[in-house]
Amino acid sequence: MNAPFGRRLCEVAANRDSGGYRVVSLLDHEGPEPEPGQFYMLAAEAGWGADGGRAFLPRAISVAATAPGARGGVRLDFLLDAVGPGTERLCGLGAGEGVWITGPLGNSFAAPAEVSPGAAGAVLVGGGVGVAPLALLRRRFGERGVPHRVLLGFRDRRHTGGLDLFCGSSGALCPEVRLATEDGHTGLQGRVTDLLLPILAGDDARSGVVYACGPPAMLEAVRALCAEHGVACELALESPMACGFGACFGCAVPKPGGGFLRLCVDGPVLRGDQVEEVSHAYA
Amino acid sequence: MPELCGIELEHPVINASGTYDAIAARAVFGDALLEDFPFAAFVSKTITPEPRAGNAPRRIWETPAGMLNSIGLPNKGLEGFLAEDLPRLAALPVPLIVSIMATSREDFARCVERVAARREVAAIELNVSCPNVHSGLIVGEDPAETEALLETLRPRTEKPLIVKLTPNVAGPAAVAAGAERGGADAVSLINTLKGTAVDPATGAPALGNGYGGLSGPAVRPVALEQVRSVRAATGLPIVGMGGIASGADAAEFLALGASVVAVGTESFRDPRAGSRVAAELESTLRLERVSEPVLDLD
Ligand SMILES: Cc1cc2nc3c(=O)[nH]c(=O)nc-3n(C[C@H](O)[C@H](O)[C@H](O)COP(=O)(O)OP(=O)(O)OC[C@H]3O[C@@H](n4cnc5c(N)ncnc54)[C@H](O)[C@@H]3O)c2cc1C
Ligand SMILES: Cc1cc2nc3c(=O)[nH]c(=O)nc-3n(C[C@H](O)[C@H](O)[C@H](O)COP(=O)(O)O)c2cc1C
Ligand code: FES
Repeated sequence: MNAPFGRRLCEVAANRDSGGYRVVSLLDHEGPEPEPGQFYMLAAEAGWGADGGRAFLPRAISVAATAPGARGGVRLDFLLDAVGPGTERLCGLGAGEGVWITGPLGNSFAAPAEVSPGAAGAVLVGGGVGVAPLALLRRRFGERGVPHRVLLGFRDRRHTGGLDLFCGSSGALCPEVRLATEDGHTGLQGRVTDLLLPILAGDDARSGVVYACGPPAMLEAVRALCAEHGVACELALESPMACGFGACFGCAVPKPGGGFLRLCVDGPVLRGDQVEEVSHAYA
Repeated sequence: MPELCGIELEHPVINASGTYDAIAARAVFGDALLEDFPFAAFVSKTITPEPRAGNAPRRIWETPAGMLNSIGLPNKGLEGFLAEDLPRLAALPVPLIVSIMATSREDFARCVERVAARREVAAIELNVSCPNVHSGLIVGEDPAETEALLETLRPRTEKPLIVKLTPNVAGPAAVAAGAERGGADAVSLINTLKGTAVDPATGAPALGNGYGGLSGPAVRPVALEQVRSVRAATGLPIVGMGGIASGADAAEFLALGASVVAVGTESFRDPRAGSRVAAELESTLRLERVSEPVLDLD
């Protein structure tokens, strides 16, 4: 489904705490339901660039959850980590404020059998604020009856958030979710790849597909481990984006064998074999 | 109705080269792009004789009220463009202008001939912000180089030749005059201003290429002054650009002598910025007409 042409003004329905992050909900009266992995370009209507002239460009943000809007349309939930002027402004949005959005943009995660013939199950691997698109993907897999496990990793307490997006109706974390934190404040003390490795080493690993989103070092570790174990994977990457719709050529990600992909239109979800090495240079 | 070198335009707003990929936008937004196309003419990204992959990341860096880019002109090359892109661009509901860059007069001439021969092409924009490999000079930084290039290209086509001036010179007016003497039909300005930034996280240049070009509202006063000085030096039509984000911005360029304006970076923030600028400009100009003195004292 195409994105509506142009940007449109949406209203902030809610802004709540989610551990170290924020969940900002917007009411979209025009757009279609986004697919897991897709993103929007967001810019606050007011106070965008007020402090020192930045943020100037809109910011790419993955959709983390959707619901029917209270007054029609669709409610879009975004999980945000304040790392600079743009995300700080978005994290500070109050209910009723306006946000310019363009989207849904980019491709989406594919079903296991589409990624690897014969694959039926899924392992979702998220790190930091990168857990956002996996929350929507987990919901989709749940609805479609795709067997899945979810492994989430965080640095420390301040950088742990979005867990409520992985809770069932009882409010408790879903049983298929496992946590790893580097400071050990919850879950396994260590990295999310420490949870992934035994799964990849299991006999039935190749009947599943790994879906990952997180910081570049984590994605690179996941990509390399999957390649080593012959397990197919899809990675949701980041790169600097000015436009999100293929206009600026800023979001280049090197292709194995030379040349570049435009991550906003060829991604953000790429198969492991479409990427040479996930690097900070473009992330 | 506004026009550029005899090409009739629905309104005076076109796109800046390299800031809108109509083929990608059609895939993202569907037919709505064609039904409500934001520009009165479409200017392609600059194409070169051979394919180019573009520069290593990082390619963009946000600045106060603007951005730096070092994209590096990724494109399919002349033949790839003619075979794959041109037929698809011909489906756009507006006239097509193809931007060309080459590093020798011979290569430029070959590109101009091949592109101009195509019926779908209304005009050619010459991106002269590149070195001539023979002289080592940046063509657009030197009036005589620019004049000589136009003298080579002028006999190759009847179609309008628009020279895209570089702002990275002491006197753009002298280069514009050289373009006019060589036989150009119009000039467009400004291209991006050379600039750089340091990534606070590494202490090293933020862009992979070390430096880039600045665009967006940050450059608008520079662009306006260059348009003013070029207007004073030539009679050629001017396509004015540099930081245009609203109809009021566009009106400033027209007031200083541009006949058409182009929107670049603002399209990244608003994919329909071209239509919005045109609509705002229309109402600005209508207001001005209304407020003109009603008494004619002559
Ligand atoms: C497809 C996609 C999906 C994403 N999804 C999410 C999401 O769901 N949630 C989320 O929180 N984030 C998400 N991001 C990341 C988010 O887009 C960035 O964190 C955001 O753009 C940062 O903007 P900022 O103004 O807050 O920070 P910036 O100040 O722009 O800093 C972020 C980085 O940008 C660089 N930078 C660029 N220009 C400057 C400058 N002038 N000065 C200093 N640094 C600069 C630096 O490398 C810095 O580390 C996503 C990104 C992509 C591409
Ligand atoms: C990402 C980007 C890519 C560009 N690519 C080209 C190009 O291929 N050819 C060209 O002549 N100008 C190119 N330009 C310059 C623009 O056409 C325009 O001259 C400049 O950006 C000033 O206008 P603006 O401030 O409205 O963007 C590019 C600018 C940007 C920001
Ligand atoms: S973000 Fe502009 S082309 Fe991808």
